[in-house]
Amino acid sequence: MSRIDAALRDLRSLEALAARDTALARLDARAKVVATLVFIVTVVSFDRYAVAALMPLAAFPLALAMLGELPARPLLRKLLFAAPFAVLVGLFNPLLDRAPMLAFGAVHVSAGWVSFASILVRFALTVGAALVLVAGTGMNTLCVALTRLGVPPVMTTQLLFLFRYAFVLGAEAARTSTARELRSGGRAMALAAYGPLLGHLLLRAFERAQRIHLAMLARGFDGELRSLRALRWSTRDSLFVAGWSAFFLLVRLVDLPQWAGRALLGAAP
Amino acid sequence: MSHHVLEARGLSFAYPDGTPALQDVSCRFVHGESVGIVGANGAGKSTLLLHLNGLLVPQAGEVRVGELPVTPPTRAQVHRTVGFVFQDADDQLFMPTVEEDVAFGPLNMGLPADEVRARVRAALEAVDALPLAARAPYRLSGGEKRAVAIAGVLAMAPSILVLDEPSAGLDPAARRRLIGLLRSFSHTKVIATHDLDLVLDVCSRVLVLHRGRVEADGPPARIFGDAALLARCHLEPPLSAAAPKQ
Repeated sequence: MSRIDAALRDLRSLEALAARDTALARLDARAKVVATLVFIVTVVSFDRYAVAALMPLAAFPLALAMLGELPARPLLRKLLFAAPFAVLVGLFNPLLDRAPMLAFGAVHVSAGWVSFASILVRFALTVGAALVLVAGTGMNTLCVALTRLGVPPVMTTQLLFLFRYAFVLGAEAARTSTARELRSGGRAMALAAYGPLLGHLLLRAFERAQRIHLAMLARGFDGELRSLRALRWSTRDSLFVAGWSAFFLLVRLVDLPQWAGRALLGAAP
Repeated sequence: MSHHVLEARGLSFAYPDGTPALQDVSCRFVHGESVGIVGANGAGKSTLLLHLNGLLVPQAGEVRVGELPVTPPTRAQVHRTVGFVFQDADDQLFMPTVEEDVAFGPLNMGLPADEVRARVRAALEAVDALPLAARAPYRLSGGEKRAVAIAGVLAMAPSILVLDEPSAGLDPAARRRLIGLLRSFSHTKVIATHDLDLVLDVCSRVLVLHRGRVEADGPPARIFGDAALLARCHLEPPLSAAAPKQ
């Protein structure tokens, strides 16, 4: 199986996890979306040099993953897959911001390295929470929830199509790649061949996407997203959102790691 | 006139590059009939089927489901009456689980959740795929995918079933199960296929398309016994049929 095939199956298996009956799946999808949005806003609201203060927020994706009985390895794999983007964003911080900020004995750490670490922690928290949200809810139900929360249907439909058609494009890419490898005799592809290959791939993916769209139309798709899982907001969902929001506020207002450190050293007020 | 009657009159269609796919095609399918549409590659079989379901709009001529003309405004009604099973089941199955996929049509019909669940269960039972309900469609075998794709259409309770190459890519056992399944349906069935043995098993009438035109229309025994017709349309007699008399 090609690497593209394996990656696609991996991504699909993540979404299939949402179909299981777990404590996380039983929560109203809107509650999970709202709590995750508050979480992301909290994470990005921290100072650019915050690292340790962000750590308690890891409790949110970890608790959701436990409630959803989600396996750690596939989630971590996807997190690592996206990690180069975060590295790219923060790569120049250590070069541009060289003012010393921390000292461990004779070793000084510049502010650039601290902000770089902060970017990586924020990335892990926010992308981790988003992955858990998808794995614990399912893309279709997630888009229905977003629509019910007031996001324009045209946007949620596009989001769902983007997700679905990524598989279409990936599947066509996997077939094209296999066909090329079988006839390449082990030689690397010439740069000039990439253009026609990509054009061919896009045309094939476009045709396949059209057939899928026709199949959706044939089964009455009218642009509105519907889900078998009825969204029913209950007291449990209100408590879920309120409880986590209160926790995020506490973490934002009180530097819990610093407070815990002082308490351990007997210096807490 | 029964709303189960499906009719095309003077239907013509050419693809954007100018290739004529259908030329003045007229045919009529009546209540309870099982009709096989056969022809070589590019004969216009799939294009005709896409018109019967309203997924393509005629450039000339018309298609009617009972009294209802098939036009963009009536498309939603047509889809409820004429269920379309696509050639490649992977094109049809795109939800995360089999249950959600089969529920896609009934949910789009605006049915309440309880009725949707009942229809999903009944449709999966009809194709003997109820144990697959929680499975991810991409993990199913070819035969299982085909059964689930048919269930997705059955759940919409159509009166007419239109199937495009239903036996393509199936192993012999899965193909035999499919034939049993199709024979068990009381729906009006229109089946486009290269599998002439399937036609012989399931259909009481055969429509031969050749270069976008209806070349012949009649009972399987007469059509498959006409060696000249089969040769002209680039077809061969079914293996299970008696050798045609010269």
